[in-house]
Amino acid sequence: MGGWAIVVHGGAGVDPNLPAERQEEAKQLLTHCLHLGISALRSSLPAIDVVELVVRELETNPLFNSGRGSALTEKGTVEMEASIMDGKGRRCGAVSGVTTVKNPISLARLVMDKSPHSYLAFSGAEAFAKKHDLEMVDNEYFITEDNKGMLKQAKEANTILFDYRVPLESCGAEMESLIQMNGLPISVYAPETVGCVVVDSQGRCAAATSTGGLMNKMMGRIGDSPLIGAGTYACDLCGVSCTGEGEAIIRGTLARDVAAVMEYKGLGLQEAVDFVVKERLDEGKAGLIAVSKNGEVAYGFNCVGMFRGCATEDGFMEVGIWE
Amino acid sequence: MGWAIALHGGAGDIPMNLPPERRQPREEGLRRALEVGVSALKSHASALDAVELVVRELENNPNFNAGKGSVLTSNGSVEMEACIMDGNTKNCGAVSGLSTVVNAISLARLVMEKSPHIYLGFAGAEAFAQEQGAETVDPSHFITVENIERLNQAKDANRVQIDYTPPFQATNEKDTAVPEGDQIGTVGCVAVDSHGNLATATSTGGLVNKMVGRIGDTPIIGAGTYANSYCAVSATGKGEAIIRGTIARDVAALMEYKNLSLKDAASQVVKCSPEGTTGLVAVSATGKIDMPFNTTGMFRACATEDGHTEVAIWPSL
Repeated sequence: MGGWAIVVHGGAGVDPNLPAERQEEAKQLLTHCLHLGISALRSSLPAIDVVELVVRELETNPLFNSGRGSALTEKGTVEMEASIMDGKGRRCGAVSGVTTVKNPISLARLVMDKSPHSYLAFSGAEAFAKKHDLEMVDNEYFITEDNKGMLKQAKEANTILFDYRVPLESCGAEMESLIQMNGLPISVYAPETVGCVVVDSQGRCAAATSTGGLMNKMMGRIGDSPLIGAGTYACDLCGVSCTGEGEAIIRGTLARDVAAVMEYKGLGLQEAVDFVVKERLDEGKAGLIAVSKNGEVAYGFNCVGMFRGCATEDGFMEVGIWE
Repeated sequence: MGWAIALHGGAGDIPMNLPPERRQPREEGLRRALEVGVSALKSHASALDAVELVVRELENNPNFNAGKGSVLTSNGSVEMEACIMDGNTKNCGAVSGLSTVVNAISLARLVMEKSPHIYLGFAGAEAFAQEQGAETVDPSHFITVENIERLNQAKDANRVQIDYTPPFQATNEKDTAVPEGDQIGTVGCVAVDSHGNLATATSTGGLVNKMVGRIGDTPIIGAGTYANSYCAVSATGKGEAIIRGTIARDVAALMEYKNLSLKDAASQVVKCSPEGTTGLVAVSATGKIDMPFNTTGMFRACATEDGHTEVAIWPSL
């Protein structure tokens, strides 16, 4: 027990038919991010800096749904959101509706460190970024061909599934369309989010989450990722980052609840993660990653797959997608 | 068991020597809002309907910081946000960055019931309002003379602070708006109906002189607003502290995970939040009410089916 630990994720809810090359690409990126984080931790960088730098890497890489490679709104644009929390003092920062800031997680950090507020959105967030000379780009920078294609498919699927609370008629449905998340067939649904949680060698925990949100979302839609207590949370005991169906994560205040059951019921980290995934999600599908101040790592998900990787100071390292 | 309802018009540094012309209209406002809620519950409205009605009433009253009477951003505009949650189903809806919607809480309800999402903000929320035929007006409708004054005071004080205080440093405490003589805060309402269903609703214009685009605790489920089968909570005070403290969720979590009573849970949560930052109203499934605050005062009112009513500002002796 003790020592540093890091977990990263690239989203929960993975198409079981995802081609092997895509799976390999994902695992390589997760491994790369782990190494980045490990390197930083070995140089005694504090947890809050490590989570930011790892998530920046994930945002810059177009593979997952954050920064470049974000899912598209119904209008074909990108609106990103992110949040970061420092377990020490429970300081936090969040942003939503970001369209031109290259690394939303760094904007969230700036809100935490350099503004009198905790959460800035849309034009106010962009103005703040500009004022602080953050790297800005055109919205097109974030849009990939892959996602343009996905958006088209999502629109087609949505004309059939206008209300995802109504179960699909089973006649003619292929296996894959029986697996849905957020109202989209799993082949079209883009796992929503990336995140990283870290405990450093001083036992300080931190968490960071970043996303482009839900494919084909309404303009202005805010999900769980920027909401402290829902998608992201860190305190003295642990750091948590969630991914999956935003609505379920918000209603279940998932990230806060992991810490709350540790605090109020005395559960250990993995127990807490399991409890929350089992009891707090109702019919929702989601996953989460967590670290404890004692250097433990944990993750859990109740959907088909979650891109994740974890490493601890004693040399343990694991990258995976499926159960 | 019976129904119960509690509402607030903001916690803050409300000076005990608040002049009658500032005090009475708000007490009157709280009383009227309470009557609206009680009337609804007596006619067997659901808790969800009751809290929406009460918050609409408070939004329409220019003496409170929600809807008309909302405080102003640093550029003199109004950006309103609101949130509603049904304890039974944990369905919820939230909106931020509204400038033309007359009743933000009703738009939040529409997001909950008529959109596939939980939370819409800014231009997207306004577009949704248009689509849904929600009542909208010119942004000037919401701006009051008092709030222009408050903004000027805040700006003046900031100018002085910039001269005499060191550059902004990252600290654990977020110093937000400049203290003023006559602070007003968020509005909110919690209720349990005669079927034991809980609901909560919160609405606000936010902080005086806030940065454009600043979102506070009100629309964040678990921070300013939360309801489940144990209790319904609506918080008010310094948004940044309420977010960090996941105030509303913690009251329910303490009840659920540590078996605390509503009163013990609510007072613990408020005690553990930095002094001068937090107040809340809470109601339990069994009709208990608690309205703790660690600020100088909190505009509040409550009523239960057995006839108890209360309207107050400062701590009861």
